[in-house]
Amino acid sequence: MSTENVSASGFGADAGDRGKRILSALLSTGTIFILLLILWVWITILNPTFAEPGPFLAYLKRSAPLVILAAGAYFVLVSGNFDLSVGSLVTVMVVVAARLIEGEPSRTWPVILLLLVIGAVVGFANGFISTILRVPSFITTLGMLLILNGAVFWWTGGAPRGALSENFRSIGRQGIEGIPWIEQLPWSVILMFVIGAASVLLMRADFGRQLIATGDNERAARLSGVRVDRVRILAFVLSGVLAAVAGILLGGFGGVSAQVGKGLEFDAITACVLGGVVLGGGRGSVVAAMAGALTLEALFTWLNLQGISGALEDTVQGVIIIGAVGFAAYRLRGAR
Amino acid sequence: MIWRRLAGPAALLACCATFAACGTTDDGGGETAGGDSTPAATATEGPKTDLGANSEFFNQEDYDKQLAQRTATPEGPADKPWEQMIEPGEMVDTSKYKAKKADNWNVCFSNAANDNPWRQNGGITMKAEADNTPEIGKFTVVDAEAKDDKQISDIEAMVSGGKCDAIIIAPNTTATLTPAVEKACESDVPVIVFDRGVQTDCPVTFIHPIGGYAFGADAAEFLRDNVKEGGKILALRILPGVDVLETRWSGAKGIFEEAGLNVVGVEFTDGDAAKTKSIVSDYLQREGSLDGVWMDAGATAVAMTEAFEDAGQEIPFVTGEDQNDFLTKWKEDGLKAIAPTYSNFQWRTAIIATTKILKGEEVPKEWILPQPKITQENLDQYVKPDMPPLYYALCGCEDLPGFPQKWGGK
Amino acid sequence: MTVIDPSEQSPGTRAATRKERVAGWRVGVLASPAAPVYGALLGIIIIAWIVVTIDGGEFLTTGNIVNMLQRSVALGIVSLGQTVVILLGSLDLSVAALISLSSLVTAQQMDGQSGNVIPAIVIVLLLGAGVGLANGLIITKLRVNAFIATLGMALILGGIIENGWSGPQGGVTDGFSQDLGYTRFGVIPMSFILFAVVAAIVWFVLRSTRFGYRVYAVGGSEDVSKLSGLRTHRTIIGAHILCSLTAVITGIFLASRLKAGTPTVGADGGYDLESIAAVVLGGTALTGGRGGVIGTIGGVFILAVLDNVFNQLEFNSFVRDVVRGIVIIAAVAIYARRQEKKA
Repeated sequence: MSTENVSASGFGADAGDRGKRILSALLSTGTIFILLLILWVWITILNPTFAEPGPFLAYLKRSAPLVILAAGAYFVLVSGNFDLSVGSLVTVMVVVAARLIEGEPSRTWPVILLLLVIGAVVGFANGFISTILRVPSFITTLGMLLILNGAVFWWTGGAPRGALSENFRSIGRQGIEGIPWIEQLPWSVILMFVIGAASVLLMRADFGRQLIATGDNERAARLSGVRVDRVRILAFVLSGVLAAVAGILLGGFGGVSAQVGKGLEFDAITACVLGGVVLGGGRGSVVAAMAGALTLEALFTWLNLQGISGALEDTVQGVIIIGAVGFAAYRLRGAR
Repeated sequence: MIWRRLAGPAALLACCATFAACGTTDDGGGETAGGDSTPAATATEGPKTDLGANSEFFNQEDYDKQLAQRTATPEGPADKPWEQMIEPGEMVDTSKYKAKKADNWNVCFSNAANDNPWRQNGGITMKAEADNTPEIGKFTVVDAEAKDDKQISDIEAMVSGGKCDAIIIAPNTTATLTPAVEKACESDVPVIVFDRGVQTDCPVTFIHPIGGYAFGADAAEFLRDNVKEGGKILALRILPGVDVLETRWSGAKGIFEEAGLNVVGVEFTDGDAAKTKSIVSDYLQREGSLDGVWMDAGATAVAMTEAFEDAGQEIPFVTGEDQNDFLTKWKEDGLKAIAPTYSNFQWRTAIIATTKILKGEEVPKEWILPQPKITQENLDQYVKPDMPPLYYALCGCEDLPGFPQKWGGK
Repeated sequence: MTVIDPSEQSPGTRAATRKERVAGWRVGVLASPAAPVYGALLGIIIIAWIVVTIDGGEFLTTGNIVNMLQRSVALGIVSLGQTVVILLGSLDLSVAALISLSSLVTAQQMDGQSGNVIPAIVIVLLLGAGVGLANGLIITKLRVNAFIATLGMALILGGIIENGWSGPQGGVTDGFSQDLGYTRFGVIPMSFILFAVVAAIVWFVLRSTRFGYRVYAVGGSEDVSKLSGLRTHRTIIGAHILCSLTAVITGIFLASRLKAGTPTVGADGGYDLESIAAVVLGGTALTGGRGGVIGTIGGVFILAVLDNVFNQLEFNSFVRDVVRGIVIIAAVAIYARRQEKKA
C-alpha cells in the first residue's frame, strides 16, 4: 500500500459527509487546513502507520478535548473576549468527579449532569462579571482561574481524592467496539464531531451572526438591536459547558490528576489563533478554530517523531506558532 | 478521488508557504541584538537521539555512596523507619539549643510548596506529628508557593520576628535557598533542613532519605535484571532542570548504558496523565512495542500502564512509585513492576528531630533515613484499599491520631 | 483653552481662581486613575491590621514593613515594564521565561569573579533589549497579535532554558549577592531602592518624554496616532524593549537574592500573569491609553500586603488563591463602576 493511498483513506474516514464543506473552507480561508494537511502527510512519511485507521483515530481521540475546548474558546474570542479559566475548570471537573463518584458507577450520570451545570454556572459568572460589571474578561477569567484552582483543592484538602468509576472513564477512554476496518470508534471522536456540527449550526443561526457582529463592532451591533451583553454571556456559558465536556473526556482518558488542566487555556487560544480567529473579535470560523486544535496536536506528534524531544520542543513550537500566525497576517494583508 | 488530485499541489503550495513563514520569522529574529536569536537554526541541527550528556550534577562519589547505603542496616526501631538512621556518623551536641521552656514551644516551618500530592501527604503527617507532640504549643507553617524569592523573605520574617523556638526549612531549590538558610543559622534558633538540601552545613541537622541516585538505580536495576539485552526502554521524566530529579535520571542512565539496554526515548511528561498516555501511545506506534518503562516519579504511572491497555498490548516491566493508585493496580492486574520510594515519612522525622534538639538530645549532623523499595514480595503490606489514589504508602502515619480520615481515607 | 489675563483680575476673581485651582487639584488627584488604587490599598491595610491584631499578631512593625517592601521588589520591577506595554494596548507574556533566562545568564557570566559583575549586567541588559526588540518586531512587522507573539516568545525562551540548563546555575559573586540582595540602609533594603529608581525612570519616561506621550497616544488609538503621523511601530518596539529590560533587571535582582540562577524562578513566581494582574489592579486599562506607573506601584503593594497577611494568618495556598482572585476581580469591578459614573 502506498503512503499516499493510506493517507487518503485516513482522510476519508475523518472527513466523511462534511468533506464538501471542509473542502470549500479549504479553498477559501486555507492556511490552517493546508498546514494541517502538510503535518498529516509529513507525519505519515515519518511514520506510515499514522494514516491507518486505528492510529489515526487514536490521534483524533487524543485531540478531541482540545478541539472541544477550542470551539468553546472560539465563541468567547469571536465576541471580543478572553477565557483564561478553562484550564482550571477542566481540573475542577476531574477533581470534583473523583471526589463525588468515589468509584460508584451508579453516581456517574448525576455527577456528569452536575459537572455540566458547574461549567454553565462558572461560564455565566464569567460572562456576568465581564459584561454587566464591566471587568475586562482577561481579568475576570484570570481571577476565576485563581478562585477555581484554590477552591477545588481547598475542598479536597490539597490532593485529589476518591476515584472515577469505570463507566465515567469509558467516555474518554472507550468507544463503539467491533466496527469493521476501524475496530473501535471512540466516544470522544463522536462527541467531537457532534459538537463541531452543532457549533457550525449555531454559528449559522441568528446567535452566530449576532456574536460576530458584537465582536466586530459592539456599538453598531447594539444599535442594530443585538442584545450584546446577553450574547456575550451566552458565549461564556458555552465555553464553560464545553470545558466541562473536555474535562469529562480528559478525566476519562488520563484518570485522576491534579495537573490535568494546566496550560490548556493557552493551548485553546493558540489553536483558535492558528485557525485564523482574530483576538479582539469579529473574525474567524469555528471549523478553522477546531482545525487549529488538530494542527496543534499534530504538531506535538510531529515534534515527537522528528526526535526533537524534550528540551527544544518548546522552542520549535514557539517559532512555528509565531510563523504561522505571522504568515496568516501577511496573507490577510496581501488580500487587501 | 479528489483528495489525491488536490494533495500534490496543495502540499507543494503549503511547503513554500511554510518556508516563507519561517523565513520571515528568522528575519525578525535575525535583527535582534541579543545572542538568543537563532532558535530555529539550533532546533534543526539534528535529532537528539542519545540520552543527553552526563548531567553537570552527576557526582560519582555521591552515587557510589548512595548505592552502598541501600544495603546498609539502619540504626533504630525497625517498626518505626521514620526514627531510623543510616550510618549516622557525626552526632551534634544540641545542649546549647535546649529550650528554656519545658513546653509551649513555637515551631516554625517554611514549606517550599504544597503543590503536589507527595508534599500534601507529608504536610498532613507533619502537622499530625506536631499536634501529637505535647511540648509543641504552636506549629506555624508558611507556604512559599514554590517561589524561591518568597521563601527567602518568609525565612527572613521568621528570623527577624523572633517568635520561633526552632525553624524547619524544606527548601524549594537546593542552590538558591543557601544564603537565606545561612542567615537563619546566624540567629540563635536551631535550623532544621529536610527533603532537598542546601549547599551549607550550617543547619543543626539535615534530614533526607538516601537520595535520587538510589531511586533511579533501584528502578533501572529492576529493568536491567528483567529485560533482555537490547530491549527497548522508554524513560519518562517530569521536568528538566530540577536538580532533585536530575539525580534520579543520572542514577539510571549509567545502568542502562552498561547493561546494553536500548533507551528509545527520554520524554518529559510535566506530571500530566493525559500527556503521559499520549507519549507512550506515540512510542508504541513508532516502536511497535516496548520492553520496559522507567519513570522518575510515579504520579502518572497508572496512566502509563493504561496506554498499553488501550493499545491492546501487554504491560511490560514498569517502574512507578509508592502511590496508592499504582500499587492497587499492580496488585489487581498482576503487573511486573517495582516501586522505588522517596520516603514520605521524612516529614514526620523533621518534627521528631526538632523535638530532640529542643530537649537538648543529640542528633546526627546528616540524618539519612531508609528508602525502601516496594517489590512483588512486600507489595501486599503497602497496598491500602481504603486510602485515596494519591496516598503515599510510605506515609509512616498509621499510628498517628486522626488516621485515616485526616489523610483522606475511610 | 481659556487664558485669564492677570491684569484684569479683581481680588474677588483672584480668590475664585484660587478656589478653582484647589478644587481642580482635588479633582485632579481624586480623578487620576491611581486614586482608587491607593484607596483600596489603604482599605486593605486597615482591614489587614484589624484582622491580624485580632488574630494576636502585629502588623505595622518595622520588621514587617521591611518585609513587605522586600517582597514587592521582584514583582514590582517587572510590573513597571508591563505597565508600559499595557498602556500601549499590548501585553507581554514572555517576561517570566525571560526572568529565568536572565537569572541564569547573570550567574553564568559572573562565574564567581567580581570583575565580571559589570560585564555580566551589560550582557544581560543587551539580552533583554534583544528579546524586547524581537517581540516588538514580531508584533509590528509580522503583525502577530501581542498575546500570541509573546506567548510564542515564552515558549522559545523556555526551550532555550531547558536545552541549556539542567538545574540551578551557580556563579553569582558573594559581594554582588550581598550588595543587591541583602544590604539594608536602615530599614530600607537596597533592592527596594533599585525598585524605586527603576520606577522613577519609567515614570519620568512616560510622563515627560515624547516617547511617553506617544505610548499613551498609541494606546488610546493606534489608528488615530498613525493617521496623525506618529511612527507607531517605533513606539511599540521601544515599549517592548523597555518591558523586557525591566524583566531582565528583575532576573538580575533575583540572581543576587538567590545567589544563583534557576530555570524555574520566573515561571514559579508566575510573573507573567501576576504582573498583568498587578498592573490592572493599579488601575491601568487593559485596552491601553489610561493609567500609569503610580497606580501599578499601588497594585503591587496591594498584592504584597495580601501576601503578608496570608502568611501571618497561615492561610494555605489554596485559600490564598481564592482570596487573591476575588480581590482582583472586585477591585477592577469597582474601578469600572467609577469610570462609568464619570462617563
